[in-house]
Amino acid sequence: MTDSEIRDAILDGLARIAPEADLASLDPKANLRAALDLDSFDFLRFLIELGEATGVEVPEADYGCVTTLETMSEYITKAARGRGQRGRD
Amino acid sequence: MSDFTMPSLGADMAAATMMRWRVKPGDGVKRGDVVAEVETDKGLIEIEIFEDGTVEELVAGIGEKLPVGAVLARIRESGTAPLPAVIPAVQRRRVSPLARKIAAELGVELSGIEGSGPGGAIEKADVERAASHPVEASAEEAGTAPLRRAIAAAMEKSNREIPHYHLDATIDMTSALAWLARENELRVIQARLLPAVLLLKAVAGALRVEPDLNGVWRDGRLQRSERIHINFAIALRGGGLITPAIHDVDRKSHDEIMADLNDLVPRVRAGRLRSSELTEGTITVTHLGESVVERVWGVIYPPQVAIVGFGRVAEQPWAENGMLGVRQVLCATLAGDHRASDGRVGARFLDALNQQLQKP
Repeated sequence: MTDSEIRDAILDGLARIAPEADLASLDPKANLRAALDLDSFDFLRFLIELGEATGVEVPEADYGCVTTLETMSEYITKAARGRGQRGRD
Repeated sequence: MSDFTMPSLGADMAAATMMRWRVKPGDGVKRGDVVAEVETDKGLIEIEIFEDGTVEELVAGIGEKLPVGAVLARIRESGTAPLPAVIPAVQRRRVSPLARKIAAELGVELSGIEGSGPGGAIEKADVERAASHPVEASAEEAGTAPLRRAIAAAMEKSNREIPHYHLDATIDMTSALAWLARENELRVIQARLLPAVLLLKAVAGALRVEPDLNGVWRDGRLQRSERIHINFAIALRGGGLITPAIHDVDRKSHDEIMADLNDLVPRVRAGRLRSSELTEGTITVTHLGESVVERVWGVIYPPQVAIVGFGRVAEQPWAENGMLGVRQVLCATLAGDHRASDGRVGARFLDALNQQLQKP
């Protein structure tokens, strides 16, 4: 997946969980859960869908690495590349 | 022959609007079957039937607003002879999910709207049109969304009638959360558990020890419930909350409770609940642990006799056996109905809750 495909997958997932949110104006550095009022149930459901779209499962221990749109994009991109790399080895 | 009537879906409900029949005359029904959908202040509710038999006649028409107790249908109990069926014209009223959401936000009654979508479906534009030309509301109702009015009615009744007592206890959650983290590490993401599951299961376990908090106050006395159905407060996006019941929590595993939440939360937010989920709760649990809230001073949902609240988990210094350490703790609160129980019962419940949470 390209960087922009990953970002789109994240935004699509967020749009499904928080359909009323104006994602175009979402600050990439804002805390996603606070900005979009996501509770732990919403967040888990979002990560499940994102995992299905990107093939990347975020362990609970890494939740601190995926708090903003920016850090989440970086994390998923890195993890997806790692998987691709391992697949070619 | 028996009458199937509009059930009371909570102490705060006076009437509901028939939206759709799921059965027709001649259909066989059994206890627990969903037979109709009604629109209430709490959204679209699926109504279940509580006897076995055959539908003889559908009395309530689509779009009719009917009070609690009004006859909706006539049911011939199993084993009695049939009468000639009368088939009323029944048509389904369709409402797009977005229209339903906007209607709830704007406080617009769907029953009064004419749909312009395919097959007469109510769409977003129809709701917005109705909202911009509102029918005359009473002064009392003006400007208040139906769900807010329902919550207001229940809370007014609670504060008027129930003498509350309040207790709180600080609970060390370190072991429980470590257990949860280990469990989730071993699971695929689809099977992960949330902390709320541990709290619900612990409340059910503690109620086995202190059953005087599980039931309703009716006819001037406490009516204990043998079964433990926990109303769990679920916040709606855009405001308000609904507290559907999770049935038989004490008999369920962590995975089964999580499966119930996975089923319930999306249905609550889409406004699709079943009548038994609104009527059969025996206690309420509210969890505000994802905010900065430390203690929840709950208001009991009548006719129940207790509500348990959980605040956030925070790291705190903790002294034990003469040693000082840092633990993850949360504050559990209990509001009890003083007509039904005393502080001593509440204290024993919180003690049992603490013990349950030390060994998840």
